[in-house]
Amino acid sequence: MSRKFDPGVAPHFPPKLSVTGVMQEVLYALLPGIIAYTWFFGPGMLVQILLAVIFALLFETLMLKVRKLPLKRFLGDWSAVVTAVLFALCLPPLAPWWIALVGMLFAIVVAKHLYGGLGQNMFNPAMVGYAVVLISFPQVMALWLPPRSIASHSLTFGEMLNTIFTGSLSLGLSWDTISEATPLDAIRTSLASGRMVSEARQSPVFGDFGGLGWEWIANLYALGGFWLLWRRIISWHVPVMMIGSVVALGLVAYLVDPGSNPVPLQHVFSGALVLGAFFIATDPVTGCTSNRGRLIFGVGVGIITLSIRSWGGYPDGVAFGILLMNMAAPLIDRYTRPRIFGH
Amino acid sequence: MHIDHVEQARNAGEQVHHFHGGLHLRHNKKISCATPLERTPLPGLLIVPLLQQYGPEAEATVKTGQKVLKGDEIGCFAHLGGGHIHAPSSGIVQAVARRPISHPSGADGWCVVIEPDGLDQWKRLEPLTNWTDADPALLRQKIRNSGIVGLGGAVFPTAFKTDEAIKQEIHTLILNGSECEPYISCDEMLMREEPDSVILGARILQQAIGATRTVIAIEDQMGVVNLALKQAVESAGDDNIKIVKITTIYPEGGEKQLIQVLTGLEVPTGGRPADLGMLCQNVATATAVAQAVVEGKPLIERIVTITGNGIRKPRNLVARIGTPISDLVEQCGGYTNDVARLVLGGPMMGYTLNSDANPVIKAANCILALTESDIRPSQVEMPCIRCGECARVCPAVLLPQQLDWLIRNQQWDDAADSGLADCIECGCCDVVCPSHIPLVEWFRFGKSELRTLAVERKQAETAKHRYEARDARLLRIKQERRQRLEEKKRAIKDDAQRQKKLTEAISRVRARQDRNE
Repeated sequence: MSRKFDPGVAPHFPPKLSVTGVMQEVLYALLPGIIAYTWFFGPGMLVQILLAVIFALLFETLMLKVRKLPLKRFLGDWSAVVTAVLFALCLPPLAPWWIALVGMLFAIVVAKHLYGGLGQNMFNPAMVGYAVVLISFPQVMALWLPPRSIASHSLTFGEMLNTIFTGSLSLGLSWDTISEATPLDAIRTSLASGRMVSEARQSPVFGDFGGLGWEWIANLYALGGFWLLWRRIISWHVPVMMIGSVVALGLVAYLVDPGSNPVPLQHVFSGALVLGAFFIATDPVTGCTSNRGRLIFGVGVGIITLSIRSWGGYPDGVAFGILLMNMAAPLIDRYTRPRIFGH
Repeated sequence: MHIDHVEQARNAGEQVHHFHGGLHLRHNKKISCATPLERTPLPGLLIVPLLQQYGPEAEATVKTGQKVLKGDEIGCFAHLGGGHIHAPSSGIVQAVARRPISHPSGADGWCVVIEPDGLDQWKRLEPLTNWTDADPALLRQKIRNSGIVGLGGAVFPTAFKTDEAIKQEIHTLILNGSECEPYISCDEMLMREEPDSVILGARILQQAIGATRTVIAIEDQMGVVNLALKQAVESAGDDNIKIVKITTIYPEGGEKQLIQVLTGLEVPTGGRPADLGMLCQNVATATAVAQAVVEGKPLIERIVTITGNGIRKPRNLVARIGTPISDLVEQCGGYTNDVARLVLGGPMMGYTLNSDANPVIKAANCILALTESDIRPSQVEMPCIRCGECARVCPAVLLPQQLDWLIRNQQWDDAADSGLADCIECGCCDVVCPSHIPLVEWFRFGKSELRTLAVERKQAETAKHRYEARDARLLRIKQERRQRLEEKKRAIKDDAQRQKKLTEAISRVRARQDRNE
């Protein structure tokens, strides 16, 4: 007796990975950092994440409908959620709700879908969204909180929600009492007023290496990054070169002029460097594909970040570093093509 | 070739090297190695496809109703100039007809259907017992007439390969004993149970191509094989055979990858191992050569691995070409209840069979029966996210995602420049792609388009030449005509001038005469 079988295509293996799986792993890897963030700065960040995710999914649905693409397949890939979370992690916890709306509008609608959707975008959507709100609304984007341990007034959850949704503070509070400069801002302003880095570091916002609290958040982002490395979701090339180049150049600057340059480790543990190195600059869509290309990409982001921090108009430069290198990525890819076997 | 490379090639196997990319896959070989080899009984009908190897179909050399003996030629590849398909048993040719065959296309093909008489009577065999004194050309002739093809799965005619190779100087014969794909264990069982035959085949092949040494590559986990082969080499007393264990990383059994592992050298693109002074053959091919030369028997059977979670008792069987696959499965205790897919070959490069009534062919190294949980459920394809995993695992150091994009956008020249032809279709990129893009299928399509394009370009070139030649001819005719016309005009003009001069002269004369009067 003969038996019939259905046809199929090689490889006759269950797949190892899926786009959804990759995106979910990235979110898992962000969890420790998010928890630390909430621990040090209160639940404002969780509200920002929630807002960004809601707006991102709204815009994603809208654009998928406009482009007549299957909703289930593309909403199910979780890529919009990753964009939203990465964007929210760059915001001050008290940013008003419409910041997330504007950011996601530019991230999902402009940077992602107008460029062709998943896999086609030239610029990292989260960074485009962040750059737009940073440039357009510099004042609200500077309203950072101090770590709870040194805060003179610890905001209640209600006060926090009130501020995010109405844009004004609850009765009896003033921005001066509750907000605090970030460590990078503190250094910038004190250098501008002619003081030394060591004097600026007397401020309570500093910890052992970077900012108080920030350094632990960075550590936990790195932990998530190591998980992604171990799971082979990302490769070591971009994070190592990005952080490495900041440390190397920062060391040179520090040795030349220790008065106006912080110790290089402080660069690593402040701002968005670790988050950017492991989670944003490693975005495969907008980065380089070859390993040699990734080395160059990482160094590029590192140099631009440090340059903006040292001489630019913004306290941090990770977002601009990544966006500028996104632009260079296709060119780098073109010139770092590996030699084909037997050629 | 660079002088260092010659030295490096001659030292093949002295040092183990690496190749780019590849995958660590679960071997799944042990399940089919526990039971010793066994022959499949003579089936009720032998269906021998005339399409057995790379290239066009053979032509049947027998007619319906004709009696054949075991080993008689029944099909001939005219373009290769020799008999290549032989009767697997004695009996009557019942039909020469189109039947379902085992082929990636799933289409029917011409087959010689033989009803065995049960006597299994050999034709008169012509063994070459004193092969050590034989002329290499005679050995190659023997290989040609015995229908031997590469039994690793590529089924490239061995005689063709050796004849091409000896146009260059060959110093090393490489016997490939590393089954790169999971599940397949036919070569391992062969080397375990018939090591002397493998070594004998190696020595004959070495002589047939004029090589001075042989390297047999086996996988690092084949401990028993290593011992068996070493003993066989010792008892053969041949110092020129070296056994090398290599790490099992898919696709290390691919010819180019194996040579890179053994020498650290890359076979140049578009070239052959012979460019490095090497010839690569599968171990089962060597055994077939030994049988053809020493016993005079053509290739009419092969070892087939029947395995997978869909088979009750996986094992290796020696099956005649033309035996229905269902007979082999039955000998292995049949299918399990949850069998879902039947594959010829391994899980990476094998193709699915529509039915197990299909016959065993020379390429059938493995029959893989898989259950629902083993196989890839039909996946929704997502856009490429440029993760670069495909490039990381590509043994040909290609950028699969880039090629995919170029093919989809029909940028054929760029695709060719990006090494599309260098793809070995190993499927590593397909396995790791998170977007589940069927990359290898696109590459096969792209390659066939490139071939079509090359033919079209050639035709266009020929047409252009013809057109230009015609144009030139027409122009020449036109010019000649114009020339003739001008000559004629000139002649007429000359004529008119002469006439004019004549009239002038006459009038002058007349005028003088008038004056004189």
